[in-house]
Amino acid sequence: MRTTITVNGEARSLDLDPRTTLLDTLREHLKLTGAKKGCDHGQCGACTVLVNGVRINSCLSLAVAHDGDEVVSIEGVGTVETLHPVQQAFLTHDAFQCGYCTPGQICSTLGMLDELAAGWPSQETAPGAAPVFNDAEIRERMSGNICRCSAYPQIVAAIKDAREAMA
Amino acid sequence: MSSVNDWAAPNPVTTNRSGIIGKPVDRYEGPLKVTGTAPYAYEVQPPSPPAYGVMVGASIAVGRIAAVDTAEAEAAPGVLTVWTHLNVPAQPARGTKAHPRSTQGSKPAFESDRVTYWGQPVALVVADTLENAVAASHLVRLTYEAETPDVDFRARLADAGQPLGEQDMEVGDFDGGFAASAVKLDETWVTPIQNHCQMEPCASVVWWEGDKCVAHTSIQMVKPAQHGLAETLGIDRDAVHLLTRYIGGGFGGKGQTYDDLTLAALAARALGRPVKVAFTRQQMMHGTIHRPATVMRVRLGAEKDGRLNAFSIMTWTHCHKEGSFTEHASNFARALYAAPNRLTGHRLIKLDLPHAGPMRAPGEASGTMSLECAMDELAEQLGLDPVELRIRNEPPVDPENGRPFSQRQLVRCLKEGAQLFGWDRRLPTPGLVRDGRWLVGMGMAAAIRGNFLLPAKCSFSVDADGVITVRQGMTDIGTGTYTVLAQIAAETLGVTLGEVRVEIGDSELPPAPGSGGQFGAASAGSAALAAGMNLRRAIAELATGDPNSPLYGDDPTLVTFQDGVVAIENKSETLATLIRRAAPAGLTIEGDSRPAADMREWSTQTYGSHYCEVGVDTVTGEVRVRRMLGVFAAGRILNYKTARSQLTGGMIWGVGSALTEGNVVDPRYGSLINQDLAQYLVPVQADIGELDAIMLDEVDDKANPMGVKGVGELGNSGAGAAVANAIYNACGVRVRDYPITPDKLLAGLIAKGL
Amino acid sequence: MKAFTYERASDAKAAVRAAAETPGARFIAGGTNLLDLMKLEIEQPQHLIDVSRLPMAGIEETATGGLRLGAAATNSAVSADERVRARYPVLSEAILAGGSPQLRNKASVAGNLLQRTRCAYFYDTSKPCNKRQSGSGCGALEGLNRNAAIFGASDACIATHTSDMAVALTALCADIETLTPSGDARRFPLADLHRLPGETPHIETHLIAGELITAVVLPPPPPGAQAYRKVRDRASYAGGLASVAVAGGQVALGMVAHKPWRAEAAEAALSSGASASEAIAQELAGASPLGRNDFKIPLVARLATAVITDVAGRAA
Repeated sequence: MRTTITVNGEARSLDLDPRTTLLDTLREHLKLTGAKKGCDHGQCGACTVLVNGVRINSCLSLAVAHDGDEVVSIEGVGTVETLHPVQQAFLTHDAFQCGYCTPGQICSTLGMLDELAAGWPSQETAPGAAPVFNDAEIRERMSGNICRCSAYPQIVAAIKDAREAMA
Repeated sequence: MSSVNDWAAPNPVTTNRSGIIGKPVDRYEGPLKVTGTAPYAYEVQPPSPPAYGVMVGASIAVGRIAAVDTAEAEAAPGVLTVWTHLNVPAQPARGTKAHPRSTQGSKPAFESDRVTYWGQPVALVVADTLENAVAASHLVRLTYEAETPDVDFRARLADAGQPLGEQDMEVGDFDGGFAASAVKLDETWVTPIQNHCQMEPCASVVWWEGDKCVAHTSIQMVKPAQHGLAETLGIDRDAVHLLTRYIGGGFGGKGQTYDDLTLAALAARALGRPVKVAFTRQQMMHGTIHRPATVMRVRLGAEKDGRLNAFSIMTWTHCHKEGSFTEHASNFARALYAAPNRLTGHRLIKLDLPHAGPMRAPGEASGTMSLECAMDELAEQLGLDPVELRIRNEPPVDPENGRPFSQRQLVRCLKEGAQLFGWDRRLPTPGLVRDGRWLVGMGMAAAIRGNFLLPAKCSFSVDADGVITVRQGMTDIGTGTYTVLAQIAAETLGVTLGEVRVEIGDSELPPAPGSGGQFGAASAGSAALAAGMNLRRAIAELATGDPNSPLYGDDPTLVTFQDGVVAIENKSETLATLIRRAAPAGLTIEGDSRPAADMREWSTQTYGSHYCEVGVDTVTGEVRVRRMLGVFAAGRILNYKTARSQLTGGMIWGVGSALTEGNVVDPRYGSLINQDLAQYLVPVQADIGELDAIMLDEVDDKANPMGVKGVGELGNSGAGAAVANAIYNACGVRVRDYPITPDKLLAGLIAKGL
Repeated sequence: MKAFTYERASDAKAAVRAAAETPGARFIAGGTNLLDLMKLEIEQPQHLIDVSRLPMAGIEETATGGLRLGAAATNSAVSADERVRARYPVLSEAILAGGSPQLRNKASVAGNLLQRTRCAYFYDTSKPCNKRQSGSGCGALEGLNRNAAIFGASDACIATHTSDMAVALTALCADIETLTPSGDARRFPLADLHRLPGETPHIETHLIAGELITAVVLPPPPPGAQAYRKVRDRASYAGGLASVAVAGGQVALGMVAHKPWRAEAAEAALSSGASASEAIAQELAGASPLGRNDFKIPLVARLATAVITDVAGRAA
């Protein structure tokens, strides 16, 4: 099926098998291998990308269903020469080890910060109250991204640092 | 080489003139990882479009494949080939070593109709697209003659025997000593099968350049993978170029290759095009190795003052019917505490379960889950603080073999951890601290892990820009290898980190043992230091022998290397100037390192302590780790940032072992029931509260010329026991069957009337 | 995945018409559960009708003082809606206890209701499962069924419904609105949506084949406080062992049955003045544990007692 998706600001028109997931479209068709396949079933978060600004699991998404959508993968966040503040903070705080979950963690962070700014609650948010930016909220909101190297404390530190840098 | 064999003599790493050793610099390859541009195996772009291979796993645990019907799969859209044991290309018999010095023999895929574990790869479908390959893999029809699987570990304990070539270690008279002890403890702990769950499933992409096989795979050890693949393909070892530049986690599970590599290579050869094969997440659970379950009986006999008189830990464990792996969960205890009467050993039963193998801190991770809880229980019986009990049993020399400790700062780890954590606020009586619906408690445990040094080689080059390139067939599985090699190179040659390149993960580079057993940094780094020393000497001789150098005619042993300048007193020139003029093609030189002949005269270990505070929900039995601190002594630390990450990661593995992780076997089918990351629960971000690791100053000059030891396993050792002990202190319930899930804890809470 | 064709529906009527006319058609919205199962070939639709962009993602007030949640609204949108948070906190809390933020950003209201069980024997296609393959048997019955149902199970199936959201909606006495294949709208209580397994666990709802859920309608909130609590093996991103939703005097239990379990016996006891623990004991008198899931009896008793007591205390 002919499908056009804007990926990292560039319109990409592809003839796709309807079975092709957004993740495999990025990785196998567009050679954008930053989004990772950790489980392929929405159980790890390594494939997290932003679709129309919202973080989702690209493994549980058919590419043909995203015709006309805007996708940002890690390759659209920053480059080695010009790291995004979240990327820089992950580097500075050693918020990864093997690095395989990292692109998903960073895309998830970007989505999470927007959700917080929009006042979306989490299960750590007091009933009826606006969410506050604290460690418990970060931990809960980043729990959809598994890091088996377990850089969890470093990830929390990086996110706090990045938010200040972005302010 | 001679200069690094004299390990106590100063060398550039120990002198650390520029201060780069130990510095918490960012990861060398970090910018690539945070931008998603570090290509992991499956992401390497082959020279032409690849075909996609998908494996099919057996759906019986033991038996034979009675019939194969691949017609429908072969006729499916895009399918290029379908293989089973009936038509897979011929491979040398398992274990064949055409080259006698191969570090790994042939590992043929689909070697017969025999199935020996559930999920064993039994068929391969290769197609033009991933979607077509996956769909066709569901059309392979295999008919089995199943046999009754022999998988019930707990039911077969009585049949377990001494592992081949091993014997129990007894010192003194354990039975007599135990019987005569004033205070006794005799309890049994159970740990489940655990899975590595590396974020990157095993994967390979392979193509052929003429007779040469180029294989990118995800592997911790390069040489055995290269040799094993060459033996399996029946070709010269040099005809396999194996690369593994970025690895999405290993933890021991990628210490060996699997059929993804073999099949990708065979299919790429047969089809004349690149082939990619990856495990699915579900296939990883059975198809790669796991940490086997254990049953551990711990007996402690003590005097009333807490001194251990008799000490025993006996471990029962299992491995695959054709395997020999033993989870040595008793071994670590041999060097930990003093006691005149000691008995440790293992019993192994071979089952129709998938292959057991090493997983992070093999031995210690399981073993400390029993002994370090037993010590907690004994301390309570004695009315002693658990920290004090450990201090009272501190041995002056290795209690098993009498060797002196090269370094032992266990007591300092215990004491500093207690102070920093606020251990004095712990109430010894359980169940007294309440915070809303939570009961809060603290627990601690000791950590120990052995230290190893393996032979390694490395090459160093300098080019006309003064850039140093380190080349080594080493791996970085997230451990920080790239970074510490760069630091060693920068410090040794007196250049900045920006002037160092590191190339690893390639079978055509000087061999190194790879990542495992926390021997990586020490082994690879020692060879790097040796290569760096050799390059220093070559550069010094170049300068002092070059009439155009200001250093001409001087003693080459006096040359210093700092800030990109080679100098003798006030005579100097930049390294780049020298090389550009005197050796414009650059210089390359190798170095190697090996264990010292007298290494075995010392007991060399790494140590630590864990302190943990948990909350137990008295309504539901849910546990949350609130705070955790580890204090470790592991020789010189090459990079405090990456080492801390290794340690905190290991600690969090302990949290998983204590609370959530475990595969369960359905004996009717011989399979693990939880086969994905929704059912095998590793810790997530919300499981981890405030958690940190601290490293004590230490240099262990008996370990290697740099005085470093490893940290990758150490953080995991003892961590789970600290969590379990904190749970007891919180609510007074001991659960000795891990993981401590709400259902188990709830039973204990109810029994206590809570 | 088996090959399938895909279309994006232009409107709801066209969607149900297409579903009626195309063999093997299924609706897809977020797809977070359907694609998961399609990859394992547990689900094998031949045609997908994408309803995610139909104009039924809104959340609007009803004439009677309730809220209508569009079936295609994402779980995140519902949990973050200020009206939901203010008037139906149990619903927001329940949604936030399920899945991960990424999943909730994609998963729809209707998809959440129709999600299938997480029973390990259902997910492993080599094992017998009457839900996956009718008549093949139940692997879980004699298996590792720690998380199996304690209410309303049969010898054919002991699986649980694992939605958190549906438990809260059950406690809130929500209705659902649908479009039938003939294009007629109908509305019925959510309590009548899901079935108990009986001998046909593969049939999970009372929907007609090709019927499309278009909305969930919340009646005005009942008097009293509300709360949702879920017990699970890890702190987040995990299925539950048990959950309870309380809205005033209305109580529903999760992960204990093939459907969200309205605790009618407990409600009746509460309304006649029983204590929370007495009331939930009445409910649990009807439970049938299997051995490995026996712990759910005390767990549910303690959990529900705590939450009912807490809610009553807050209301007072």
